[in-house]
Amino acid sequence: MDIFLQFDLPSILLGSLAALACGLLGNFLVLRKQALMGDAISHVVLPGIVLGFLFSHSTDSWAMMLGAGAAAIFAVLLIELIRRVGNVEPGAAMGVVFTTMFAAGVVILERTGTAGVHLDVEHALYGNLESAIWLDAYSLSDLWNWQALSTLPDSIQQLFVVNLLIIAFIVLFFKELKISSFDPLLSASLGFSPKWLGLALIVMVAVAAVAAFSAVGSILVIAMFICPAATARMLTDNLKVQLVLSGIASLSAGLFGYLLAAFGPGLLGYEFSVSAAGMIAVVAGLQQLLAMLFAPQYGVIMRRRRQKKHAVA
Amino acid sequence: MEQFFAALTLSAGYNTALVCIGAALLGAASGAIGVFVLLRKRTLISDAVSHATLPGVALAFIIAQIYFDAGRSLPVLLFGAALSAGIGVLAVDWIKAHTRLTEDAAIGTVLSTFFAVGMVLLTVIQSLSLTGQAGLEGFLLGATSGMLRSEALTIAVAAALVGFAVVLRMKEFSLLCFDEAFAAASGYNVRWLDRTLLLLLLGIVVIGLKTVGLVLIIALAIIPPVAARFWTDRVPVLVAIAAGIGASGSYIGAALSASAPNMPTGGLIVLVLFSFFVVSLLISPVRGILAAALKHYRFQRIVHLRQGLLAIAHEEPVMEPLTRSILRRGGFMGGDGQPTVKGQSEARLIERDQKLWNLYREMHPEESHALADWSLKPIGEVLPADTVNVLEQELCPQFARTDETGNGGTN
Repeated sequence: MDIFLQFDLPSILLGSLAALACGLLGNFLVLRKQALMGDAISHVVLPGIVLGFLFSHSTDSWAMMLGAGAAAIFAVLLIELIRRVGNVEPGAAMGVVFTTMFAAGVVILERTGTAGVHLDVEHALYGNLESAIWLDAYSLSDLWNWQALSTLPDSIQQLFVVNLLIIAFIVLFFKELKISSFDPLLSASLGFSPKWLGLALIVMVAVAAVAAFSAVGSILVIAMFICPAATARMLTDNLKVQLVLSGIASLSAGLFGYLLAAFGPGLLGYEFSVSAAGMIAVVAGLQQLLAMLFAPQYGVIMRRRRQKKHAVA
Repeated sequence: MEQFFAALTLSAGYNTALVCIGAALLGAASGAIGVFVLLRKRTLISDAVSHATLPGVALAFIIAQIYFDAGRSLPVLLFGAALSAGIGVLAVDWIKAHTRLTEDAAIGTVLSTFFAVGMVLLTVIQSLSLTGQAGLEGFLLGATSGMLRSEALTIAVAAALVGFAVVLRMKEFSLLCFDEAFAAASGYNVRWLDRTLLLLLLGIVVIGLKTVGLVLIIALAIIPPVAARFWTDRVPVLVAIAAGIGASGSYIGAALSASAPNMPTGGLIVLVLFSFFVVSLLISPVRGILAAALKHYRFQRIVHLRQGLLAIAHEEPVMEPLTRSILRRGGFMGGDGQPTVKGQSEARLIERDQKLWNLYREMHPEESHALADWSLKPIGEVLPADTVNVLEQELCPQFARTDETGNGGTN
């Protein structure tokens, strides 16, 4: 039990919280057909993180967070600028900006010799979920012990705060987010600008991506912005239900993904464990596949069956 | 610096030269194919393709290494990459066609899930401590430093082949991009054409994995066409320019990376390409920012001059500073703010022109609406002479020229 509490539980918490933060916001990205914004953001934070590290010389600092946030906002503005000024198609503008900023991050990383010391690109892609440990935990009662809880790794506490922030954002602006996602024109005519709300959403996406990024790596971030929301979208037409379902999908991906990564190979008789961040994303993808196939109303199989019935009748 | 010029002039060793030429061919082919992907507005599908290669590479490595002890063989790894990327593309299409999810969500799903599978497989490879796995790191960000001669040659030849195929199918691809329905009606198999296009894109991604790496390879198919788009509206020219930008950017990037240690090839190539993009955005005479600013400046001058002269004609004082300075520079207004003789006569002409335009708008609202963009020009340059005659007669019957053809010319 000790070992589970000290080594497995923090990783599960970290993975699930990261998944939840991204998964909830992902609903609005998917609805606004901006799913790939999460992809772009999680690439562009790399130069921000590297520069933040170069200024502060520590890997676990607010400087890196700030750098990443600034890079994300810079990227969004740059995409918008290229799209407007250059009259470039949005997807292409995004592709130009995020590949360039990622490339800049890679080059700075290698040229300044930061690579391999504290940061490397593989780490940025895969994250380091397994390194979260909670040495002060000895028994289950520690979960209710404030003092013990305060010794949880910083990244978990950070993500916890970010999750609260995101939930508050969604609850407070639910109506506005909903209308501006489904009907930007109505939203504008009702007096809340879809543009500003869109920017606020992107800023929240950047915050979530940055907070999750250092723990779980960019690939899991991208997966979590899309898969849980897409899963939930297959299952319901009600946005509130969709939000709850995507939350459940995120948490279950975090839990089962980690368990499968840590203990799955053991069950097959191997002595090692595999990348937890990768496995969480794989589980999220599998959940989505199940939803796409078997969803009661929109699932492919159910729809086929209904079509057949119609054909017979 | 010396090293850089040596690499640039192909005199930094046979291998470096081969890598640079290979990169240039790769850049040219990906720029060319990228044009059609851009025109079809499916740019980001290349992102899904490139990320979906990872599980294939990892799986091919495991199988080849365990059973044949050939995990480092580039063709084997690239075959695996192509296979899983192909499955990825089909998955994107399947999600788009059969579920309610949109293309962007489909791309995101495929790229993240496939890449995650690859990540899991990479940790399996690490744990199995298979030999020769060091080479796999290069697939993420590209590494040309340890490239074998045969590998560089493979890349160069394959890139040339793909580029050739694009040029060969240029007409069909253009048709597909601009008018799919017409292409189908003309007897082309649109579905097959679309697949061919994606297959060629997939080929480029796979060939470029080793040089540029899977995270950045998509830049090679995106940035050159976007940059080239600023220079022309014609497809063959567009393809040529995109290929040129792709080739020179990749060539310079590869040469830079060969000139010093710790210079990631993929990153440098992308940064050089981006600089080409910025230059195109700024100075292209067709759609560049400077050209647009110049056009705006000229337009502003014309409007201010016209309004200023009209004010003179109506004997109103001109207060607007920009208008005053434009009038003064044209010699229409003296330093004291009073119109010159030249200004007076020009003002009369403009006033007449404006009155004719106003009348035309009253008499032919639809036509004048269509001509709205032209109404800053003298009316005689836009409308036929007989129409202007009719307008003049309408405006001032007693002075109109009695011109028979002019009277019967309109309506």
